[in-house]
Amino acid sequence: MAKPKAISEFIIERDMEKCIKCQACVRVCANDVHIWDGESGETISRDIKCVGCHFCEELCPTGALRIKRNPSETRENAHWKKGYIYGITRQANSGGIILTGMGSDRPHKNYFDCLLLNAAQVTNPSIDPLREPMELKTFIGGKQDKITVEKLDSGGWSVKEKIQGLLELEIPIMFSAMSFGSISLNACKALAEAAKVSKIYWNTGEGGMHQSLYPYADRAIVQIASGRFGVNVDYLNNAAAVEIKIGQGAKPGIGGHLPGEKVSEEISLTRMIPEGSDAISPAPHHDIYSIEDLKQLIYAIKEATGYKKPVGVKISAVNNVAPIASGIVRAGADFITIDGIRGGTGAAPVAIRDSVGIPIEIAIAVVDQRLREERIRNRISLVAAGGFRTSADVIKAIALGADAVYIGTAALISLGCHVCQKCYTGKCNWGIATQDPYLTKRLNPEIGAKRLVNLLRAWTFEIKEMLGGMGINAIESLRGNREQLRGISLNEMELKILGVKHAGEAW
Amino acid sequence: MTYEQLKNLEKTSRISCGCGISGIVNRNGNAFSGELIISSICMMRERGNGLGAGYAGYGIYPEFQDRWCFHIMYDQPREKENVEGFLETRFNIIQQEPIPIKKIKSLSFVPVLYRYFLVIKDEFSDGLISEEDFILETVMSINRQFNNASVFSSGKNMGIFKGVGDPDEMAEFYRISDYKGYIWLAHNRFPTNTVGWWGGAHPFGILDWSCVHNGEISSYGINRRYLENAGYYCTFYTDTEVITYLFNLLCRKHGLDLEISGYVLASPFWSKIEKEEDPGKQGLLKTLRIVYASALINGPFAVVVANSDTVVGLNDRLKLRPLVAASDSDFVYVASEESAIRKICARPEKVWMPEAGEPIVVKVNNKRR
Repeated sequence: MAKPKAISEFIIERDMEKCIKCQACVRVCANDVHIWDGESGETISRDIKCVGCHFCEELCPTGALRIKRNPSETRENAHWKKGYIYGITRQANSGGIILTGMGSDRPHKNYFDCLLLNAAQVTNPSIDPLREPMELKTFIGGKQDKITVEKLDSGGWSVKEKIQGLLELEIPIMFSAMSFGSISLNACKALAEAAKVSKIYWNTGEGGMHQSLYPYADRAIVQIASGRFGVNVDYLNNAAAVEIKIGQGAKPGIGGHLPGEKVSEEISLTRMIPEGSDAISPAPHHDIYSIEDLKQLIYAIKEATGYKKPVGVKISAVNNVAPIASGIVRAGADFITIDGIRGGTGAAPVAIRDSVGIPIEIAIAVVDQRLREERIRNRISLVAAGGFRTSADVIKAIALGADAVYIGTAALISLGCHVCQKCYTGKCNWGIATQDPYLTKRLNPEIGAKRLVNLLRAWTFEIKEMLGGMGINAIESLRGNREQLRGISLNEMELKILGVKHAGEAW
Repeated sequence: MTYEQLKNLEKTSRISCGCGISGIVNRNGNAFSGELIISSICMMRERGNGLGAGYAGYGIYPEFQDRWCFHIMYDQPREKENVEGFLETRFNIIQQEPIPIKKIKSLSFVPVLYRYFLVIKDEFSDGLISEEDFILETVMSINRQFNNASVFSSGKNMGIFKGVGDPDEMAEFYRISDYKGYIWLAHNRFPTNTVGWWGGAHPFGILDWSCVHNGEISSYGINRRYLENAGYYCTFYTDTEVITYLFNLLCRKHGLDLEISGYVLASPFWSKIEKEEDPGKQGLLKTLRIVYASALINGPFAVVVANSDTVVGLNDRLKLRPLVAASDSDFVYVASEESAIRKICARPEKVWMPEAGEPIVVKVNNKRR
């Protein structure tokens, strides 16, 4: 039979008048799109191999290249869209799961886009962040519900309860968990350095911590996932906080797999597994089959770290997220990370990435409300993750009830990522999601760190302006302050779940 | 709009306002006539628009000093029976009477106003919950369950008198000059839309706490959610209610003193905390901000809060609303404007502008009841 072929997603246009035949594109493309044909003296581009990362286009010294979506269309069909037809074709060829990278690209309803922010007018002066202090300092970790103050004979005060083991963030943003393995060491270094400069925290992901990142340990959150890669007592103590990863927004309920060919010497040392062996993270932690098991792990970590560091638990946003979060508080965690359906990944099956889980906006709203109703909200910090694109998304998440947010994809974009979703191939031309030394050296960690610091700085300015506009000068007065949000294009149930009023409703 | 419509408007949407506030305290607990406070608040007529005024006096019911006193307004006379039935299940009513008033032509609507002196029935004094918590729960229940009744004063030996009108009208209406108290608060309201519900006027009170407030709270959304989880429900839908309840929660339930509560509500900036030289105070301020983040009040405000033995004046962290204080012999005055103080005390020994976020705390000694 005639086997249907997958059609290229992109086409490459080369302006032959501009092309100087320097062959830079041939040398740089990890996907071997461009080849030099010595016979004809021309560069030939093979569209079928192009992933749409735009590296060659941006590198081309004369601007001769244009990457475009392939306009070749199947018959218009609202149900059988092109992507589904190609997907089936590929699966019929290979018999395998279709993998992808990054967060879901499906048009799930975006609640951030349906939430609008307030501003003060007349009765309440807006505050100018250029003239007045605007405080974004945030503390992550469990807090007491109340404190006892004793007046000393000397006239001073003494607080009975000691507040310790909190992460202090200059701004309520952190870098999401991305392991060495899923991204390059240079990318890890850029994130760690930027976290240090910006006084926030970066997250090692589940891949252990490479020796060269030890200087950034006091700004690191180290992760313990089901594979337990690189976990030992030194790893735990060599960090500001520990995060137990139960789930991830891009692939709730399933584990991970770093193929053996990616387990280089450095990764093998960091993950503490033999070189070349597959690194498999099981779907569950095989020592956590219940909430009481989680509690034991939390306290085992606390024992190992002398109760000095916050211990968090990361879960993906699923139907039962609020009761699960409540259980996590009662199991003794100091912070909970919730990753929504748009959360990124280095590799996940498309079907799962796009169809399992719920949006982070909804999850924040229901978890915050539930923990307040149970009067345990102060005992835990809520960190939201999964697709934060702008400072406005961040500020809306905080108004819904998050203490801080994790950014992953946004951070990688500032390092060059064009969200081509091919992280799992290990051929990232931008030197991010790859371990190929030829590619990773394209990412200069110092320059990368500067770009990340710039991004955070820009978002900080924007958050301060928006906050001042609302007449608020401390981020804690916005946290959970849903009166500062209004919904548009939302039905009554959605408004109720989000706990916000519709645009047009006064206080 | 009918009164009912106005009330529903006010009860379903939060109303912010500009205002004038004044407070007078005698530090030795000597009672003085309400004349002084009337004179002070009426000096700031410009700060109100005739849509709300009120007074709170402490030490005004010496003959009932150990009885809980509820002031209740009934928008519908028939609600009185229902509420009294409810009260009888929980209290022995020692005395009940209409609040003495003088009819004034200019007032278009006047609710039925009653006061009750109460003793909690023995079966509720079993020590399982404190008397104060029982009263709090009772007030919250009445205000939430009975749409046409509001308990607007619920302390001992103190009372709140308020309604829709100018401060001089309210003073005359409630015959404020007939009372003597050792602390007086007063308020002149400038709501930003057409309102007319008597319950929305200031002062706001719970137990023996009362509060007059000028400002708008941009942190209202989170302050309210924080309070709900502590059993305080905002039934009057104004910012001021939040401040009253926060002080009550922090001082009464968490055992913090008023000055420290002031640092919670108007916490110093981090930059100031970092520069604090006394490590004890630095630790305290830092801890307060971290633990009580949701109780921080953001937005412009000037507020005077009182309980039976303390008066606190407090400004927001940026001092976006005026507040002046003065002292003269055993009197301390706090008001929106100096004119309101000079009117009743022409040459005070000391006049000062409190710093942003720095509470003025006046303790009453030798309280005479």
